[in-house]
Amino acid sequence: MRSWNGNVVKGQVRAVTESGVIKSIVVPAHPHPYLVPEQNEGWGRLRAAFDSAREEIENSDADLLIIYSTLWPSIIGHQIQADPNPEWIFVDHDFHDVGSIPYSFDIDSKFAEAWDEANKKRGLQSRTVAYHGFPIDGGSVVALKLLNPDNRIPAVICSSNIYSNRSETTVLAKACLDALKEQGRKAVAVVVMSLSNRMFTEPIDASDDKIHSLKDDEWNNKILEFLGDGRLEDVAQLSRNIHSQIRVQKVVSFKPMWWLSGMNGQHNNFTGRVLAYEALHGAGGGVVILDPSGDGVGDKEYDEDDVEFYQGDRSVLDSVMAETIAEEEVQIESEESSEDIETSLLMALAKEQQSEHGPELWEPTEGDGQHSTEKAPKPVGPYPHARKVGDLLYLSGVGPRQADSNDIPGGPIKDEEGETLDYDIEAQTKACIENVKTILETSGSSLDNVLDVTSFLIDMDRDFKGYNKVYGEYFAEIGATRTTLAVRALPTPIAVELKVIAKA
Amino acid sequence: MSKTHRPCGVYMAEGGIVAAALAPHPPHLVYAENPEQNEPTSEGGWEQLRWGYERLRNSLKDVEYDVIVILSPHWQTYVGTHFLGVEHFKSLSVDPIFPNLFRFHYDMNVDVELAKAIHDMAKEDGMSVKMMENPDFRVDYGTIVSCHMVRPQWDKPVVAISSNRSRHYYSVEVMQEMMMQLGESTRKAIEASGKRALVIASNSLSHRHFTTETAVPEDMSKEHITSHAMHLWDMRMIEMMRSGKAREVLDMMPEFVEQSIAEADGGALTWMLSALEVPETPAILHGYGTIIGTGNAIMEWKCGEGAGESGD
Ligand SMILES: [Fe+2]
Repeated sequence: MRSWNGNVVKGQVRAVTESGVIKSIVVPAHPHPYLVPEQNEGWGRLRAAFDSAREEIENSDADLLIIYSTLWPSIIGHQIQADPNPEWIFVDHDFHDVGSIPYSFDIDSKFAEAWDEANKKRGLQSRTVAYHGFPIDGGSVVALKLLNPDNRIPAVICSSNIYSNRSETTVLAKACLDALKEQGRKAVAVVVMSLSNRMFTEPIDASDDKIHSLKDDEWNNKILEFLGDGRLEDVAQLSRNIHSQIRVQKVVSFKPMWWLSGMNGQHNNFTGRVLAYEALHGAGGGVVILDPSGDGVGDKEYDEDDVEFYQGDRSVLDSVMAETIAEEEVQIESEESSEDIETSLLMALAKEQQSEHGPELWEPTEGDGQHSTEKAPKPVGPYPHARKVGDLLYLSGVGPRQADSNDIPGGPIKDEEGETLDYDIEAQTKACIENVKTILETSGSSLDNVLDVTSFLIDMDRDFKGYNKVYGEYFAEIGATRTTLAVRALPTPIAVELKVIAKA
Repeated sequence: MSKTHRPCGVYMAEGGIVAAALAPHPPHLVYAENPEQNEPTSEGGWEQLRWGYERLRNSLKDVEYDVIVILSPHWQTYVGTHFLGVEHFKSLSVDPIFPNLFRFHYDMNVDVELAKAIHDMAKEDGMSVKMMENPDFRVDYGTIVSCHMVRPQWDKPVVAISSNRSRHYYSVEVMQEMMMQLGESTRKAIEASGKRALVIASNSLSHRHFTTETAVPEDMSKEHITSHAMHLWDMRMIEMMRSGKAREVLDMMPEFVEQSIAEADGGALTWMLSALEVPETPAILHGYGTIIGTGNAIMEWKCGEGAGESGD
């Protein structure tokens, strides 16, 4: 079992001893539980849940409260509040008639600076903000007023970047852990967010509040069931689905679970408790507590690429760095390709292209359902050639490299000095498909069984035609669905790679 | 330009919309102007846009108006459309996204009477509306930036209207339907009030930002549009507006919003064009430029006599 950040081994979890996150709390963002809990029984129950969470924090030995708020959007990377004593009066843009919230908080500016530093070390764009009159977002204000009313524990607040993806959000959490470790701190991590976030668009009587739709309610219950079972990383991995199902399609998508899971080492071993779940003007508001536990439902069921450093599109302004990947450079042939593909792919590729001469080769991993063969090129990381799940066979990305010699038919795209070379895309594509065929056949399947192909080209303009011609020779009769993407680079000096799903 | 264009709005000696402008609100413009109200100081920057605003101000010199009516995408409301309903605001506005650039001490009068009149008219026309009467409320920076750039004297009262996020809940089409109605209600209420209004849509055009900032934010060697496609969209929309094709702008809006992540999704532009009765008057382009990669145009529609004569 792969070890994540050195924290997780199957079936058990690190016990937090010296530093780290000792408790995680999810709270809603609306001001109602603070300002008018008496107007609706549900809001009152949310308030009571906030109060219980506050007591738990008070009874813990936490020395820092870290807030990630979806209500504080940022554009220039992430911003961390560092004003030691921000004071103002908060009024909600929509619910200004339920009252004003004067606030005065104790912010741990030293920790804010340390987190900011750690962010930069991990490749993130980041800055602290410390300005009199800075408008702290309503979600953070409500959370701090209710969870830490006397400023018993210093706090820190972080923004949610409107463009950040899973990689960036995960790295943000890892950087925060770096800072916690460096300072030997014990923190409570708080995310401020709605579950479903569709509200009623007309004013309602407080007593009539309910979840906007049955579908939203069902999804909220599913999320809470997962969290109640301690399955935090599973919820994190469902973030994009959750966003598309029950979130109003705003620029800021559902990303707090990426952060929270990152803060906890990305696993599912928690004791989870849902203290309350109620409607807030139609949106779903839950108070959930997650405590790290020695046993939970076990490790996550599936995973995306993990990432330690962020190497995304942070350098668009810098001509020296303009070579690195920008989102715009991905040309998508098929409309069904989602941004999910972009994100994980780009991050992985950006990282791998750092090596000029291609990465070192690995032995394929072994394990249940995994198939590999000597007759296909060696992996460039810890993965098998194929993996069988039920009736399906998933293949890892395969390029044209030859199994024995590691040669590239049609020639590499650049030499060892990084000088561009002329290469033959048709020969590369042919070798690529032959490798796919070999893997399929040695796994007991065949090319005829291919259901779906994702192709990656490093130069769509130059190569699409030749690639398409060879592809047609093999696949015209098979009728597999296909998506072709142009990417900045592939891990070895090749121009094409295929990712295939087939019937086993 | 031909004089046969139907002028926007209905000019009435006793009141109505006398001019309108697309007046985007990136805080960078105020920052670069170094007004005394703003705490940070700069070495300038974004001159094409700032001088565009100067041209707009000069062009409005001879236009007499009593009130600025503005819709800003940065007062976002989900439960209907809201109107500022407090006579006077004096406070500090700090941009939560660019606090390094914009910490502005504002002192603003609100025409609550007209705000209430538009509110009431919109309500009568079937819209969900609400007056904002909490004196602790902080005016959004979009309203402040656009108002400052258009009228730095701050001597005209303002009617500030929130941006209902119907686009996020439903679609651009629904947003447009609602904003067409709000524009009509706005126009009727202004005309009935007997006041002369300058109507402002506070939004950018294409809206993909860079996510990094240079050490000196006003370093213009790094400022450009984020992508070719965004540029094409901006030029297409500007060209339609400057040739009096407001109807086409509205027809194109869903595609435009979708493909250029346009800030017009907040409804300001649609609302303004509707308030002008979808003008065939060519708009005057006073300036175009990018700000942290987003496309911004400063455009003016003159109403009443003389409209259509001063197109560029
Ligand atoms: Fe804006």
